[in-house]
Amino acid sequence: MSEPLPRTSQAAEVWRRLRRNRAALVGGAVVAVFVFTAIFAPAIAPFAPDRGDLGRRLEPPSAEHWLGTDELGRDIFSRILYGARVSLQIQLVAVLIALAAGCLLGLVGGYYGGWADHGIMRAMDILLAFPGIFLAISIIAVLGPGLLNLMLAAGIYSIPQFARIVRGSILSLKEKEFVEAARAAGEGDASILFRHLLPNAMAPIIIQTTLRMATVLLTASGLSFLGLGVQPPHPEWGAMLSNARPYLITAPHVATFPGLAIMLVVMGFNLFGDGLRDSLDPRLKD
Amino acid sequence: MIRYVVKRLMMLVPVLFGVTLVSFSLLQIVPGDPAVLLAGEDANPEFIEAVRKEYGFDQPLHVQYLRFVARAVQGDFGISIRNREPVIRLLLQRFSFTVQLSFLSILIAAAIGLVAGVVSATRQYSLFDHASMVGALLGISMPIFWLGLLLMLVFSVHLRWFPAGGSGELRHLILPAIALGAASAAVIARMTRASMLEVIRQDYIRTARANGLRETVVIYKHALKNAMIPVITVFGLEFGYMLGGAVLTETVFSLPGVGRLMVEGIFQRDYAVVQGAMLLVATTFVLVNLLTDIAYALFDPKIRYE
Repeated sequence: MSEPLPRTSQAAEVWRRLRRNRAALVGGAVVAVFVFTAIFAPAIAPFAPDRGDLGRRLEPPSAEHWLGTDELGRDIFSRILYGARVSLQIQLVAVLIALAAGCLLGLVGGYYGGWADHGIMRAMDILLAFPGIFLAISIIAVLGPGLLNLMLAAGIYSIPQFARIVRGSILSLKEKEFVEAARAAGEGDASILFRHLLPNAMAPIIIQTTLRMATVLLTASGLSFLGLGVQPPHPEWGAMLSNARPYLITAPHVATFPGLAIMLVVMGFNLFGDGLRDSLDPRLKD
Repeated sequence: MIRYVVKRLMMLVPVLFGVTLVSFSLLQIVPGDPAVLLAGEDANPEFIEAVRKEYGFDQPLHVQYLRFVARAVQGDFGISIRNREPVIRLLLQRFSFTVQLSFLSILIAAAIGLVAGVVSATRQYSLFDHASMVGALLGISMPIFWLGLLLMLVFSVHLRWFPAGGSGELRHLILPAIALGAASAAVIARMTRASMLEVIRQDYIRTARANGLRETVVIYKHALKNAMIPVITVFGLEFGYMLGGAVLTETVFSLPGVGRLMVEGIFQRDYAVVQGAMLLVATTFVLVNLLTDIAYALFDPKIRYE
């Protein structure tokens, strides 16, 4: 008789796989630094984000201003740190909206099927008929520009992805024996949906949430770049880039650093999300 | 095949209904009297009343909606209050520009993505494979508008290879097309690589090799042909996304595309233009997806019988 295999929890197994994935670790580290910066920006930033010195406009990086100063003489490094706050806030609110609405629609559609499912999926098709950022712009067209509407637009824009993924998982899960057992034990629909089906569909939801953080950041900063999102003087990376455009030739550093910040954070979420996918669901690995 | 196409066309009906409903409801949701919104706030009262009559804003909602659709089908999207021009003329002009830009972008993206994907797959874990996958990661992570500014800075300002502004000639479109196509090139490269890797492991490839076929014949004649099927879908989807995503590129390079027309419309409260742009871009995207699905079904008979 061989020894019984040591029992490991699913979380421990996922962590073991994640730890061996170097790309995922790099992504996770970038995300951690980003979140840390967003929370502690006021403590880290050497200058106030909106304090300008018009005598020191568009200065290149120096010992005092690590990333230089912008068109109003404000410290770019400090503004980027504060920008992390704005971005994380937008990402969290937007993804939570999408997560809540998308999961609910996906659960209901996948579980009940029939007309409910049909109606929900056609509604998602309608949202998906507006390609990518164009959907967010169309929503802003209805709601008007601004931070709150930006979060709402970026949130609604991500609902179909969650709805489709959750629906797909539920469709295959609801035929499983444990659901039948729960039903035989007399559990109601709500209990089956939220206590049995949703927990078992968590892996793809977590992966999608992480990857969506990247997409939402790209979309939200794009909208702010267009002037439809966060308005100046708030330190938002896309808006900062937009303000830097007239100085592209004379002071290219003003446009360089906010873009670099967006790219790094998006890359962090993408790497971490890909790593989670490989660890949570090894079957999906190519 | 015909049954599949008919089925797919039927699915189009609710989506187009929804798309028209969404762009119709724009004027209903935005605060204010729809007739005033369309005529412009400084228009004289007689004109506002004329607009109200013509659009039927004094009629029940479903009548208004039907009128809206009837007009849209005839290509009548009203008059732009800023340009004093029929919206349809503005839309067609600007949209044809966006289509040209997107077309060039998808060509560039397909060329780069396919080559990178195939070479990466045939030399898995080689230096080239790693480099192109890092490149793909950068491609999907880079904000288009930042990439556009960087390209402009390097190739227009410093190297002077391309003009920094202007439009109308091919050389004005090269940098914008690269910026717009970078993310798609990355997606196509990843997809091609994954698809090729899967096909290469199939039995018929082993059989082809066992039959003594040369490796280039195996790869380019047998493997690539089959690996391309899922990639075709990506081409269509990416092209569709470009039509909507071009707005950022158009803004960076100051190009007269439909996306920028829409954003300007939002700022100037030119609602007829916004409505028209929403309807045109969404409808085109839906039709591009339809054609993609039909092409997919043509290449892969399995789809038709599902």
